[in-house]
Amino acid sequence: MGKTTAGERETVLRLSGITKQFGALLANDDISLSLRRGEILGLLGENGAGKTTLMNILFGHYVADAGEIEVEGKVLPPGLPAAALAAGIGMVHQHFTLAENLTVLDNIVLGTESLWQLSSNSQKARTRIRQLAQEFGLEVDPDAIVASLSVGERQRVEILKALYRKAKILVLDEPTAVLTPQESAALFETLKRFVAKGLSIIFISHKLGEILAACSRVSVLRGGRLVAERGVAGVTRSELAELMLGRSIPQAKAEIQKSGEVVLGLHGIHARHNSQVLDGITLDIRAGEILGIAGVSGNGQSLLADVVSGVAVPTAGTLALKGATLSRTGPRVMVNLGVARIPEDRHAEGLISDMSITENVISESYRSAEFAQRGFISWKKARGFALKIITAYEVKCPSPEARVRLLSGGNMQKLILGRVMANNPCLILANQPTRGLDVGAVNYVHEQLLAARKRGAAILLISEDLDELLSLSDRVAVMFRGQISNASPRESTSIKDLGLMMAGHGLKTGNQSHAA
Amino acid sequence: MRLEPREQRSPAILILYPGLALLASVIVCAALVMLSGASPLSVFGLMVKGAAGTTFAFLETLTRATPLIFTGLAAAVAFRAKLWNIGGEAQLYIGAVMTVVLGTGFLPLPQPILIPVLMLAAMLGGAMVLSIPTFLKTRFGVDEVVTTLLLNFIAILFVSMLLEGVLKDPTGLGWPQSKKVIAEAQLPKLIQGKRLHFGFVVAIAAAIAVWIIDRQSTLGYEMRAVGHSPKAASFAGIPVNRVLAKTALLSGGLAGLAGMSEVTGLKGNLTLDLSPGFGYTGIVVAMLALMHPLGVIAAAIFVAAVFVGADAMSRTAGVPSYIAHVMVATSLLTMVSAIMLTRYRVRWR
Repeated sequence: MGKTTAGERETVLRLSGITKQFGALLANDDISLSLRRGEILGLLGENGAGKTTLMNILFGHYVADAGEIEVEGKVLPPGLPAAALAAGIGMVHQHFTLAENLTVLDNIVLGTESLWQLSSNSQKARTRIRQLAQEFGLEVDPDAIVASLSVGERQRVEILKALYRKAKILVLDEPTAVLTPQESAALFETLKRFVAKGLSIIFISHKLGEILAACSRVSVLRGGRLVAERGVAGVTRSELAELMLGRSIPQAKAEIQKSGEVVLGLHGIHARHNSQVLDGITLDIRAGEILGIAGVSGNGQSLLADVVSGVAVPTAGTLALKGATLSRTGPRVMVNLGVARIPEDRHAEGLISDMSITENVISESYRSAEFAQRGFISWKKARGFALKIITAYEVKCPSPEARVRLLSGGNMQKLILGRVMANNPCLILANQPTRGLDVGAVNYVHEQLLAARKRGAAILLISEDLDELLSLSDRVAVMFRGQISNASPRESTSIKDLGLMMAGHGLKTGNQSHAA
Repeated sequence: MRLEPREQRSPAILILYPGLALLASVIVCAALVMLSGASPLSVFGLMVKGAAGTTFAFLETLTRATPLIFTGLAAAVAFRAKLWNIGGEAQLYIGAVMTVVLGTGFLPLPQPILIPVLMLAAMLGGAMVLSIPTFLKTRFGVDEVVTTLLLNFIAILFVSMLLEGVLKDPTGLGWPQSKKVIAEAQLPKLIQGKRLHFGFVVAIAAAIAVWIIDRQSTLGYEMRAVGHSPKAASFAGIPVNRVLAKTALLSGGLAGLAGMSEVTGLKGNLTLDLSPGFGYTGIVVAMLALMHPLGVIAAAIFVAAVFVGADAMSRTAGVPSYIAHVMVATSLLTMVSAIMLTRYRVRWR
């Protein structure tokens, strides 16, 4: 430790020849990696490239079919998460694993003390947490209840949890997915402080910009194989993209186009569900335009989507479609009025995983005269419809009888697109339409949305991917704590502005006509 | 030890594993038979003979299978939609109550009209019983496992009250039993002088009807969608609560038919021992059949054969007929495990 150049530093973690097969799928194929002390190694790859499998093997959740893991020269016994923890490996999951009703202190200490110990030494723990927090710049009150913390603070608790267990190797799995751009930048600074103090970090991401900003070296995984290892200094964004995808993909771009009349008008919408609220949402979406909604997750976007898709009923306010105020709402009402709904969670909401493709494509229209007569479904027609979607949207599947569970995320999304676009919808609600998709599928979804815009559909695009919002939307609005900003044209919006508004700065609440 | 899902299931496994399951349950039961001091071979031989060895035995097995087909279908229909109806027993008894209320002379109709009327009434009775817990579930989120189960005891006590009161047969020498149903209300025997009755035909027809509803109708589609994922179903615009209500009507109705068929086909009147747990055994039947309506017929006949065979065997071999319950239970456990093993492989480490 303390040597000057990266090349001379000792290796703290070495994975050699890791291979893991699931049935016909080779998830990891002879992957060898080494992590040196005091560096941030980026692990770049699309969804399904094998990043998660590799990390699960590192943590002993899976046992590799072949290969070995060494931590500081000692072989790690496979399949024992406790051994990985004892060896000083700490993981910060994308989805936090915190008990919300406990304090920060309790969450951090949880699992580190013996079950048979009668008293917990919380004073000592508190001092140590304070020390760690100060040393690494992770300010957080040890006695705060986790439920009261912001997402960024919760992430700090997760990291502190790993540090408290004396982690020397930190693995961060897509850590920026829930952060604003500014919070991400702050996280990168914190990580740099960590490595300066001798920690080593593996940073998992599929976002090129983050890898370039945060890491010193990057390993690229594609299709379960390690395809490249590069120093970040001499590599460009497009080079990384090509390494990750194995091909270059043109970005979909929205052409300038005049928008038409108002298709969807929300006026003073109030609603409440679980922890989410809508506090007087007023917005208009016109034919032939894409209105993008940005926001840190949990600020009401999901509830807004639920209201527009008919799943949630507003407690106040009106919803108008093509000028006509809706007297009642509901999923079926919305579908019949020509609203195409692409839900946030395609596994749980969009599709019924254990049913076939044919059964899934008719789930919104099985009662229509097209598929049903006197209460009986014509499976021949349904199958024909499924085949049409499979061909038109290039869904990769063995047959229309295949269970949807077996499809990849991208193919699932194509299926949903095929289903909702079938009747030439006037309004498209796309809630996180590209989340978790590989870049090829992302591009496909973007093209479909732009084609619909060209046809004159009004599109409400809710996304946490700011690049996506700024490349597709005609206008962008930001949601914060159930309120929405005025939509501003894309040309006059920067990522920085959006980031500030996502954190609650400069949101003009005065424009909400029914704001409390 | 951990389970990993299999990507594809080879046909060999699909045949081999359930076969091994049956073998395993036979071995477990053989051990128990030996413990009770008899020879397993002769006991199993006697059981097979007692269940299917003679025409009489075989017809007896089919007679016993009849109510199990109804209650098995009731469970299968409800479980497909993830409506956990454990109350087949209550629905069966209320179906029987409707039958004796209307069938003991209250409706003086000719047989071809009276029997369908009694069937409808029994279905209605069973359906109403299941509608209460279903309403509580959809409206207030009350767990239907608890409510349907507890309604069984309420129903039995209610029937007991009726049989000691308004429905008590005045000529019954004080026994808690109802009057006999009139001749027009009796289901004809399928074979002269044997116990097998027309209810068996109705049960088979019901299984085919349920199969068609399940596969071909919009209602069947809705029920399956709601069972697999209420959230996705409701997002797509399927009215989940209404579908559950319809499922309750169908499931409760089928269980109610079991009561009607037992009273008018076999017993003639309503007593408190009309059902030796047919409602509960129906759940086992449905599980063994993997919720498939036509599979329910086979599973019901298998379970009935085990019970009838065990009864016959215990008369000759002196092994308690409780062995039948153990056999059904172990074959269910091994079968369910085998089916899980066709979907997952076990990894040891």
